[in-house]
Amino acid sequence: MDFIALSLLKAALWAAIILTTLAYLQWVERKVIAHIQVRVGPSRVGPHGLLQPLADVIKLLTKEDMVPQQANKLLYVLAPFLAVSLAMLPVAVIPFGPEVEIFGVRTSIQLTDLDVGILFLLAISSLNVYAIALAGWSSNSKYSLLGGLRSAAQMISYELPLALAIAAPLLLANTLSLKELAESQAGYYAGWIPQWNVFKLPAPQIVSYVIFLMAAFAETNRVPFDLPEAENELVAGFHTEYSSLKFASFFMAEYANVISSCALATLLFLGGWLPLWPVERGSNYFPSFLFLAGAALALYHGLHPARRKDRRSLPVVAAVFLGMAALFQIPLLQPILIPMFWFGWKTGFLLFTFMWVRGTLPRFRYDQLMGFTWKLLFPIAMVNLLVTSLLVALFGG
Amino acid sequence: MEVVIFLAFAIVAVVCAVNLVVQTHPISAAISLIVVMGSLSVLYLQLGAEFIAAVQVIVYAGAIMVLFVFVIMLLNAQAERKTGRSLVARYIGVPCLVIFLGLVTFLLRALIPSSDVVTFGGFSGGTARNIGRILFTDYLLPFELTSVLILAAILGAIVLAHKEID
Repeated sequence: MDFIALSLLKAALWAAIILTTLAYLQWVERKVIAHIQVRVGPSRVGPHGLLQPLADVIKLLTKEDMVPQQANKLLYVLAPFLAVSLAMLPVAVIPFGPEVEIFGVRTSIQLTDLDVGILFLLAISSLNVYAIALAGWSSNSKYSLLGGLRSAAQMISYELPLALAIAAPLLLANTLSLKELAESQAGYYAGWIPQWNVFKLPAPQIVSYVIFLMAAFAETNRVPFDLPEAENELVAGFHTEYSSLKFASFFMAEYANVISSCALATLLFLGGWLPLWPVERGSNYFPSFLFLAGAALALYHGLHPARRKDRRSLPVVAAVFLGMAALFQIPLLQPILIPMFWFGWKTGFLLFTFMWVRGTLPRFRYDQLMGFTWKLLFPIAMVNLLVTSLLVALFGG
Repeated sequence: MEVVIFLAFAIVAVVCAVNLVVQTHPISAAISLIVVMGSLSVLYLQLGAEFIAAVQVIVYAGAIMVLFVFVIMLLNAQAERKTGRSLVARYIGVPCLVIFLGLVTFLLRALIPSSDVVTFGGFSGGTARNIGRILFTDYLLPFELTSVLILAAILGAIVLAHKEID
């Protein structure tokens, strides 16, 4: 198959996967937050509210699309477009798995492997500010403007610790390509402990991992750093004046940014698609085992139903899980599915952390937000980088 | 293919650079400048300087221009209005511009040898490793001097900003 056809196929596949994940991430988040707050969450549209994303999309599509009279029309329309397109770009360079061979075609699960992949991601994330700042400015409303200003200041400030936290594991990997970065974390200490950058000798990157996550919260405007859209002060911040699909695109952009931040954290610190323990010790059977356990649990509760409707719905879930377990044992699909399982598992855990934090922590005050990065995160990240480079220089990398 | 991409981005860069000067509103001018930076980084990439291309976007388009936009938004700068026209600008402006452009063209042609050395992707020393090595060997002194200069500028800014509070 020629290069262009293959690339188009992969691009279409990834776009479809990412867009579906985006839609359902919102459902997952609402459910998780609801359960943290002892509520049920969306439950009316479809079983367990599973069709809620579809209903939301239809609702947003049919809303009236308003443009304020005093707004700068061009920039007002450009800003949400910019937000979505910049947020979707990182998918092009993130490797979700290693090179594989399917039906005789040898290809990488990644769309393209840039030599400066990390710098590309940094460049994209530094341009993200414009979408929000311009949206705030072009709406010509005081709340939007304040939201845009806050976000610009916040993103510039948190980009420093973020970049320093990225630089430290790069010293261990000695490369800027995302694929080589993940591959450099292969291997295990004492047969069990993975050589991921959080554990890797001579300089385990636990500190920069934590700093990266905190800076990522701020970069994606998530609680506890969601000052740009603080409801109690700024109505809805930079997107106060937006409605309909333009409003939806800011939401999509936020979730896409969260996904790519989590994927980047997985690649930088958690070994990308590499399994938690060696293949020789049966890590390839783990996905099947997990789904089998899920199927058994669903079947047990289906036979002893707590509610009447469980008698029919839970066996269906069990059948689906059994099918998934079988899918992971097909030799043809194994080289694709197993790496993606581990990648998805790690990224999913980080995504859950984002929701968990949102359900737990209150919002920072603005001066606390700025003091936190300049007086705490930045110096720690700097010291961490220096210590890492010293250790790498002394004990080889 | 390479020529088409080069022409496309070169035209975008030049048009936006002209637009930057012509625009009356600071935000529009700033956005034009961002587009100029972006197109320049594509040109760098075509020449094979991948690291410079990425850094061009991160530093210029990403960091410096965000500060510009931030300040423009913070001061709430409005579109500039035309005030009284200066006679000097009116009568000597255009001839001066023509002479200046002619001089620049002449100097460029005289100083820079014929351009057959520059080819698309012909330069291979553009990786981060190469640039790092060169910065810390051949160009160590200029690099350190620039750092000290920037440090002095930062200290100056802090001193000036502090004075206003007292």
